[in-house]
Amino acid sequence: MSDFDELYQEIILDHYRSPRGAAVLDGVPESARLENPTCGDSIKVEVSLALDGSFRGARFEAKGCAISVASASLMTLAVAGKSLEEVRDIAWAFIHALRGEASPEALETMGDLVAFKGVAKFPARVKCATLAWHALLAALPTS
Amino acid sequence: MAGQAERVAGAAQGAAIGGPTARADFRADFPLLSRSFGSHALAYLDNAATSQKPRAVIEACTRFYERGNANVHRAIHALGEEATAAYEAARDKVRRFIGAAKASEIVFTRGTTESINLVASSWGGVGLAEGDVVLLTEMEHHSDIVPWQLAAARRGCRIVVARIDEAGGLDLARLEREWDPRTRIVAVAHASNVLGTVNDVEAIAAIAHAKGALVLVDAAQSVPHFPIDVRELDCDFLAFSGHKAYGPMGIGVLYGKEALLETMPPWMGGGDMIRSVTFESSIWNDLPWKFEAGTPNVVGAIGLGAAIDYVEGIGWDAIAGSESALSAHALERLGEVEGLVLYGRASRRCPVYSFNLGRVHAHDLAQYLDREGIAVRAGHHCAQPLMRALGIPAAVRASLAFYNTEEEIDRLIQGLEGAARFYG
Repeated sequence: MSDFDELYQEIILDHYRSPRGAAVLDGVPESARLENPTCGDSIKVEVSLALDGSFRGARFEAKGCAISVASASLMTLAVAGKSLEEVRDIAWAFIHALRGEASPEALETMGDLVAFKGVAKFPARVKCATLAWHALLAALPTS
Repeated sequence: MAGQAERVAGAAQGAAIGGPTARADFRADFPLLSRSFGSHALAYLDNAATSQKPRAVIEACTRFYERGNANVHRAIHALGEEATAAYEAARDKVRRFIGAAKASEIVFTRGTTESINLVASSWGGVGLAEGDVVLLTEMEHHSDIVPWQLAAARRGCRIVVARIDEAGGLDLARLEREWDPRTRIVAVAHASNVLGTVNDVEAIAAIAHAKGALVLVDAAQSVPHFPIDVRELDCDFLAFSGHKAYGPMGIGVLYGKEALLETMPPWMGGGDMIRSVTFESSIWNDLPWKFEAGTPNVVGAIGLGAAIDYVEGIGWDAIAGSESALSAHALERLGEVEGLVLYGRASRRCPVYSFNLGRVHAHDLAQYLDREGIAVRAGHHCAQPLMRALGIPAAVRASLAFYNTEEEIDRLIQGLEGAARFYG
C-alpha cells in the first residue's frame, strides 16, 4: 500500500463521507471552537455526562478535511460508553502516537483508530487528525 | 576577481519567443525541475511560494563561497575589496532592474516581510501620528498587514481596508470617494498571491499623492512576472523578495525614495550602519547602509544579481510569451473542471490560480495531487482576511512560472478530476 493509500484508507473515506456523531452544536459556545489555522479546519465538541457525572459520549460539529472529519467521527465511536479516565487515556494515547511521541504501533490496540497509522508519515496532516481529540480533551470536565 | 560580476545568463539566452521550444531550453536551466517523485516527474506549480533557481544563480552563490568569500565594507585586503565590490555591484543591478535613480535608494533586507517591517517601524515612527490612517486592501498578505498593525498600535493609528470587488480587483473610484483624509500611507500588493490580480499601483499612487499620502507597493508577486519601473509607478516604497524571483532565499529589497529614506531613523542598530560610535551617541552611516546593520547577506545579494542577469538574458518578452500561453491554457482547462470555483477574475492578472473543487477540502485535494507528483499549495496562503472575505476556510493554489508547461497544467486537470472521483 502506498503512503497515500495508507493515509486515505477506505474506513477514513467512509467516515468522511458519512460522519458518525456529527451534529449541529449551537449550544456549544464559539469560544470552545478549536481551529487549525494552517488550513481553516474548525471543530466544536460536545460531551454528554450522566447525572452522576460519568462520561456518556461525545458529538462534534466540524468543517475540515477528510482526515479531520474522519478522526472526529471515529473518535465519537471510540469513546462512547468509556469512563472519563479511559477517554483521557485513549485521547492522549492517540495524540502521542500521531505526534511520534509514542510508537504508532500503539494504534494497533485501539480498534478502528489503527486507520490513522499512516498519518504519522505526513507531518503536515498530524494536526488534522488530532484536532478533534484536543477539542474533546478541552470539553471534558476538569478532574 | 571571483567572477561574481561576470555576466551569468543561462543556456536560454537569446530565446526570442516563449514557445514550447524555448521552454525546453528554460527548463534545462533549472536543475531542480528534472526531479521526480516515485514514478512521477515533478510538476512544480507552487511558484508563488518560491520559484526554482537557475543554474547560473546556484553557481554564482557557490563561486562566491569557493572564491570570493570575505566580509564587506571592512577589509583592507584584496579579497574583502572584491566582496564589497561584488555586493555593491549587485545593488546597482537591482537599481537598474527596477528603474531606481540611485543605488542609495536600494536597501538589502531578508525579504519582502522585512522590507515592509522596516518601513512600518522606521517611517511609521516619524510619519504616523495619533489618529492617522494606514490604508490596506482586503487582498493583502499577512506580511503587509501585521507590520502595520504593530505600527498602528505603537502610534495610535487606525487601519482602514479597501474592499475587493466581485472580480477580485480594487474599485479605484470608490477608493478615492471613500478616502479618509487622515490617510498617511497606502500599502498595497502589486499582484495578489491568491487572486492573481495585478493592481494599478500607478493610479493608486496618483490618487494617494494628490491626497498627500505615500504608497508602499508589495511587489513580491509581480517582480517574477513583468518588468517594474519604480519611477514610472511613482511609488514611495517598493518591497520584494529574491527567492520568488529566481534568486536565493534570505535576500530581499526595499526601494525607497531617497528624500524619504533620509528622514527615517535606523530601525536596527549594529555594525555597518554607523559612522562613529561612542557610549554617549552614534552617528548613522549614509544611505543605504544606515538600514543594513550587521554583516549583510552578501551571497544572497550576489545570487539575486545573477537572477537579474538571467531574467534579462532570456528577456521579458520570452517570459511574457511563455506565461501568456500558459495562462490561456490554464484558464481554459480550469474552466472545464466540473464544480471548480476559481477565485479572482480580474482583467489583468498573474498566473496564480486559487480554487476549490466541490466540497473537497483543499488539503485533501493537494494531498491527492502530491501523489501524482504535482506540487501545489493548500491553505489560507497567509491571507486570512481575504479568505474570510471570500467566505472560504482554505483554497488550493496553482501558481506558474515561465518554465512550466501546458503538459503540467493538463496533469493538474487530470489530477483534479481524479480527486473529485476519489473523494466524491
